[in-house]
Amino acid sequence: MSVTEKIAIDHGLKKNEFKEICNLLKRTPNITELGLFSAMWNEHCSYKSSKIHLKKLPTTGKKVIQGPGENAGVVDIEDNDAIVFKIESHNHPSFIEPYQGAATGVGGIMRDVFTMGARPIANLNSIHFGSTQNKKTKNLLRGVVNGIGGYGNCIGIPTIGGQTTFDESYNGNILVNAMTIGLVKKDKIFYSKATGINKPVIYVGSKTGRDGIHGASMASNVFDDQIEEKKPTVQVGDPFTEKLLLEACLELMTDDSIISIQDMGAAGLTSSSIEMASKGKLGIELNLDKVPCRESNMTPYEIMLSESQERMLIVLENGKEEKAKKIFEKWNLDFAVIGKTTNSKKIEIYFNGIKNAEVPIEFLSDKSPEYDRKWKKIKLPNKNKINKDLYKNLKILDVLKKILSSPNVCSKEWIWEQYDHTVMGDTIQKPGGDAGVVRVHGTNKAVAAAVDSSANYCFAHPLTGGKQIVCESWRNMISVGAKPLAITNCLNFGNPEKEKNMGEFVECLTGISEACKYLNYPVVSGNVSFYNETKDKGIKPTPTIGGIGFLKDYKKMTSMSLKKNDNIVLVVGKTEGHIDQSIFATEILNEKKGPPPEINLFNEKNNGETVLSLINEGYVKSVHDVSVGGLLVAVTQMCLAGNIGIKINKPKGLVNFFEYFFGEDQGRYLIEIEKNDINKVKSVLQKNSVYFSEFGTTQEKNVVLKDEINVTIDELMKINKTWLNNYMDN
Amino acid sequence: MNSSVIVFPGSNCDRDIAIALRKFGFKNKMIWHEDVELPKSDLVVLPGGFSYGDYLRCGSMASKSKIIQSVIKFANSGGLLMGICNGFQILTETSLLPGVLLRNKFSKFICKNVFVKINNIENNYFKNIKKNVLNLHIAHNEGNYFCSGEQMKEMQENNQIALLYCDEKGEVNEKYNPNGSSKNIAGIFSRKKNILGMMPHPERMIEKYLSGEDGSLFFENLLNNLK
Repeated sequence: MSVTEKIAIDHGLKKNEFKEICNLLKRTPNITELGLFSAMWNEHCSYKSSKIHLKKLPTTGKKVIQGPGENAGVVDIEDNDAIVFKIESHNHPSFIEPYQGAATGVGGIMRDVFTMGARPIANLNSIHFGSTQNKKTKNLLRGVVNGIGGYGNCIGIPTIGGQTTFDESYNGNILVNAMTIGLVKKDKIFYSKATGINKPVIYVGSKTGRDGIHGASMASNVFDDQIEEKKPTVQVGDPFTEKLLLEACLELMTDDSIISIQDMGAAGLTSSSIEMASKGKLGIELNLDKVPCRESNMTPYEIMLSESQERMLIVLENGKEEKAKKIFEKWNLDFAVIGKTTNSKKIEIYFNGIKNAEVPIEFLSDKSPEYDRKWKKIKLPNKNKINKDLYKNLKILDVLKKILSSPNVCSKEWIWEQYDHTVMGDTIQKPGGDAGVVRVHGTNKAVAAAVDSSANYCFAHPLTGGKQIVCESWRNMISVGAKPLAITNCLNFGNPEKEKNMGEFVECLTGISEACKYLNYPVVSGNVSFYNETKDKGIKPTPTIGGIGFLKDYKKMTSMSLKKNDNIVLVVGKTEGHIDQSIFATEILNEKKGPPPEINLFNEKNNGETVLSLINEGYVKSVHDVSVGGLLVAVTQMCLAGNIGIKINKPKGLVNFFEYFFGEDQGRYLIEIEKNDINKVKSVLQKNSVYFSEFGTTQEKNVVLKDEINVTIDELMKINKTWLNNYMDN
Repeated sequence: MNSSVIVFPGSNCDRDIAIALRKFGFKNKMIWHEDVELPKSDLVVLPGGFSYGDYLRCGSMASKSKIIQSVIKFANSGGLLMGICNGFQILTETSLLPGVLLRNKFSKFICKNVFVKINNIENNYFKNIKKNVLNLHIAHNEGNYFCSGEQMKEMQENNQIALLYCDEKGEVNEKYNPNGSSKNIAGIFSRKKNILGMMPHPERMIEKYLSGEDGSLFFENLLNNLK
């Protein structure tokens, strides 16, 4: 079959890109070669629309061992231990086939982590669905949760945290972002850069089938009416094989047999072989007759583009083949020498003894397109002048109950109870808190992790929203007593060819970048998912931040559960009553206009660091950051977690109660302090110029605010817990 | 005391149980599924996980593995054999214990703390234990115990029911049944009480910083009973 422009366009390439390919090659590519280009030049693999903007992210720091560009980022956690972590999207496949899409998302991100020599120790996920009224939502949620659980539970890695939201902008494009954290010895990290010539290239893991061909190209395009036809592009996961692959790889990694290793993820054998060669400035020769295939008569094109799961490509030291083979055979996995490194700087593919394709590596990698797409600046919206008469018919307690039982705030226990969150025996903070925490096995150290996104804020004003999510992630680390270390980000956006969407991307990124720089919270890995758009309707910009933090002594970990009666709860940070874009405005008043709450990075840093120092000195009995829903929701969550009530002080001055209790001003924490310590704590806060006020006093069972609220914890608990159960199980 | 933990491909609680056993004073060996001989053991454990991916039926492939004949021989000669979660499923698949473990009632994987009442303390596992209600952790998709009426009658006559899902005070009621198990069964013994199969994971409850400490109580007591 000779390749024409039309075939190239059907592969997702643009006219000018096909022309460029022909120019580079000085001929028309054959079908296998076209396959290679389409796999490497699509948005998902080439980052062609995002590359120039990603450069502005801060990616270095004292603790950073490896920033973006590898399979995952690596940070130092002392004593020769390091944490390897990354987040990745699996949005498009999960919408087409939620169980397999989500499952293989989890499988893929775990491989990225253990490829680097790290044993995964925790998983997290950030999942976003359409309106709860949308008829597809329930099944998609069920499928995604089953898929995430089905894969993670089987492998035996605890899922320690996550985030689930509902918004109609996801009706046609759900988001499934999966994050994995792994533990590695600093001197045993494995990289994907191949070195040396004539080294054997090894294929291990599952056999190659026809599943997932063009998965990465599919994720680089918008959806139309024909998504059912795309089912074959979704990969099928096998967690059992992944578990074997994990154990086999870690066993082989105990010595120095491996020169370089790369998982076959998006664009399968194509991207893994080309990336390894490209990083090492080498060539690679592949003999596709040797690739273990599941189906007969697979063509070179299919073998190169298959996205069958649970496969790895390894460059070995010469002479180590037998040893490696033994290990993989013990674990009942396929093992084949399928090629070698060369000095040609080309990828050369042989099939049936004949050379089937030959392309210089740099054409596929360095020469891939890079676009500086047009983008539109998004102005800060004017403040929404909400008519205060709207409040008149509302009662504080009714609003609280409504928010607690709203889809985006209600307890997500229905979801996380389906994930094994305690296997491996080191989970010391379960899902449902500000961050999940796992111990570094056998030490006093622990790692905290959380995923955060705020699509409403990012939609209203991307620059502020971008800053906000980083700050929220930072606060979640502080709230469990961890020092924030670094982040990974998953940038979920609409169609980059539209100026508005591109503008959202550029400005969110600017916000993320500014906040990360200020907070010294660098970005060490991540992924971009564009084209989350169906029939011209795109998602709200949803960058997701996966943050990790470090606890030197896990016994100093804090949680949000109130500890005992008669303690003082302080609000740290100033409450101005910012209502625009709050859940109170959007869900209760149905007012969607106005700017998100302002971010003051100085206050964020100062408040956070001060709270962390108070935690480390043992003064803070419990702590929770104030986010969606504002103060009253935050304190209720603390009460529910600790099964302890609170008598709330009436706010002083002329503040409006609704704005005070439901405003979503940033940079705030609620902290529980024993009466004996209160003066000391106040003096520390004053000394550091941190604004604070007394919010209330803990007491048995009831949440009380004079003249407004008197309600039992049990009643609030029921309201908070039943919404999702009823929605899903009835 | 010598313990052996059998490791199948797909086991994933093998490390956790080994850590727990060592913590409370057992010497422990990990035994690979392709081994044929068991080392001399006072206790053999079939750990939780997804042996062979649980692809056929949970525990079914493991019940045909190479090592299993030695395990059966060990149990038949009176050795203490404990199966936790997937281990319990393997025990029913080998017919060392009666009944089967079906898919949970609401077709959901469940990971949470539960209370279980100890129903029989006249055995090496629970003799002298300081509490009669334990707070343990479950994490399974197929823990819905089922057996024939005849088998149930026989088990009751022989006092083979080990653990029952209950509330914190020990009240056994369908309300506290997380997975639909017959009679709220969370664990059972063999006739001679040397084999124990249970869905809860005591090995995940061995420190106050984890989900709880009642697992410690179980292991300490077990070791004392064996001394």
